[in-house]
Amino acid sequence: MSEAFQSKHVLEYPGGYTRSVGPVIGRFLTGLRDGRLVAVRTPTGKVVVPPTEYDPVTSESVGGADADFVEVGPAGTVTTWTWVHKVRPGKQPLDHPFAFALIRPDGADTAMLGAVAASGPEAMQTGMRVVPHWNVNRNGTLRDIAAWVPLPEGAAIPEAPARPLVEGEAPVTGVVQPIRLDYTVTAGAALTRYLEGLAQGKILGGRSPNSDEVYAASRGTDPKTGDPTSIEVEVADRGAITTFCIVNIPGLSALAPPVPFVSAHILLDGANNTFFGLIRGCEVDEVRMGMRVKAKWADVLKPDHTSILHWEPTGEPDAPYESYKDYI
Amino acid sequence: MRDVAVVSYAASSVAKETEFNEVEIIVPVIHNAIAESGIPKADIGFVCSGSIDYLFGGPFAFVAGVDAVGAVPPIRESHVEMDAAWALYEAWCYIQTGEIDSALIYGFSKGSIGDPFDLLTMQADPYYTIPLWPSTSDMAALQARAFMERTGRTERDLAEVAARAQRNAVTNPYAVRADANATADAMLATAMVSDPLRESDLYPVSDGAVAVVIAADDVARSVSKRPAWIRGLDHRIEAHSLGVRDISTSVSTSLAARHAGVSGAPVDIAELHAQFSHEELLLAEALGLDSSTTINPSGGPLASNVIMAAGLARIGEIATRITAGAANRGVAHATSGPCLQQNLVCVLEGV
Repeated sequence: MSEAFQSKHVLEYPGGYTRSVGPVIGRFLTGLRDGRLVAVRTPTGKVVVPPTEYDPVTSESVGGADADFVEVGPAGTVTTWTWVHKVRPGKQPLDHPFAFALIRPDGADTAMLGAVAASGPEAMQTGMRVVPHWNVNRNGTLRDIAAWVPLPEGAAIPEAPARPLVEGEAPVTGVVQPIRLDYTVTAGAALTRYLEGLAQGKILGGRSPNSDEVYAASRGTDPKTGDPTSIEVEVADRGAITTFCIVNIPGLSALAPPVPFVSAHILLDGANNTFFGLIRGCEVDEVRMGMRVKAKWADVLKPDHTSILHWEPTGEPDAPYESYKDYI
Repeated sequence: MRDVAVVSYAASSVAKETEFNEVEIIVPVIHNAIAESGIPKADIGFVCSGSIDYLFGGPFAFVAGVDAVGAVPPIRESHVEMDAAWALYEAWCYIQTGEIDSALIYGFSKGSIGDPFDLLTMQADPYYTIPLWPSTSDMAALQARAFMERTGRTERDLAEVAARAQRNAVTNPYAVRADANATADAMLATAMVSDPLRESDLYPVSDGAVAVVIAADDVARSVSKRPAWIRGLDHRIEAHSLGVRDISTSVSTSLAARHAGVSGAPVDIAELHAQFSHEELLLAEALGLDSSTTINPSGGPLASNVIMAAGLARIGEIATRITAGAANRGVAHATSGPCLQQNLVCVLEGV
């Protein structure tokens, strides 16, 4: 068994997620921009910060009236905390070790999560007083609070620094949230053998000992039974188009050719599943079900999808419908 | 109510699986579970799985499982984006309808595909929590301190839990972290990650799968000499936001325990889905367990924690011991969400 292929994979949305926040969260974020902490009062008199659109206990709708909103803090009390030794720079508010704490702002009945910039874990204590350290440039996100900082006993509560006034500025209605997740993915045994085959100009599949059916580019099982496809079988690099689609939408992927182009399912000779490929070498309106095609291999073969550039007509007579009707 | 029992349990777990993909990990585990159940695969009425797309690196993680099960002709299948213990709950409900008599339940993930403590922050509130990106161990640590300050428990108490888990894990073939000589002092010497939680207080990253077959009434009796009967099953959820609930305890666990009937008779063994060492102490308290109950004899999630499967593994570990005659009555617990947000309690008995 050869070592399975691994590759780096990043899940990320360019520019970040765009979320509409609604009037209640929007009120809180607008407050942050103004350098204030805005909470909501529930019908039972509980002051919830950060505010929710519902009473966390009864789920009754709240925040429908201006009078429901109250200002809390900005000073608050730490109710629990952790010292973050392993910082995730770029994702977390600070790039050096800090504390995450639940902080109950003065006048609130709930606590909010915040990063506390302290000198070390020995400077942290449940019950300690903290205040927001506001950024000057605030734009209505949680990061408008750079961090919370310890408030020495008797010290005055600092005001948020004034930010440049923007004429006619609207309340915050949305946030753009960057998300990035990093992975190392493993192809697994069957896919690794398939990819190694591509580097040799071969299409490798497999079948289970309990079946004659061959699956090319399988994930290691007979999808009908779940049995491992432990017997390796090479299939032909040619076959018949079972069904196809003429793509007229440009820019679907960086790999896609100029439109119009054809993507098709191809039943390879010797296989019992269809193979996905691009059809070139003829006009798009010449492509048809049953058309015989063969792989156009790249000059340089590699263990990845770039080894097969596309599929082109062989000129053989079309396959009869009966031969592929079970694979459409 | 129909009597439903766990009739087989299979698992696999390694620290980092570099050879096989998810389908290839699942296949031998579900084949073992089906073979051990004694129920022909074609007779199993329902298949339900637990998985999470964020530990798959893309959408529809459950599709990998369908390939492993074999779905021609089409099968009755469902899946939850939760620990597979909730898939078992769904299957149990389905059996109660009388439509089916048995079900295969499985869960899987590769925690090593990324940093699960980082990836699973995606479970948190997207408006107020994710922008600050606390890791799941950071969030757990907030709960650990709140619990310790309420109860007077110390870092040494946590270290004792961690050390016992590693010692118990020595006899667990699925353990990815085990040490017969583990001591609290050695645990206290490991690196602090999210104060007060050290490396040894955090679950070890694990790749693998867990599968269980459950069956009703006479089907269970016909395939097992001593089925592990599910006598109580309940799950409860709390608010998402950490700041609006009391995280020094777990009221949802207590409520689920009451409805599952935990306190009705002595509990010989308990397997708790405690992914961080303080959670074992917190959960034992919430479940009302005392020193007469052996807790996490397998080592628990501190020995192996296949995310989305480790809760189901707790049920399997209890069932195995009951079927073997090593215990008469046990409690399995599963959790989902940050800081024990949602909790499932399952009471199993040998008679």
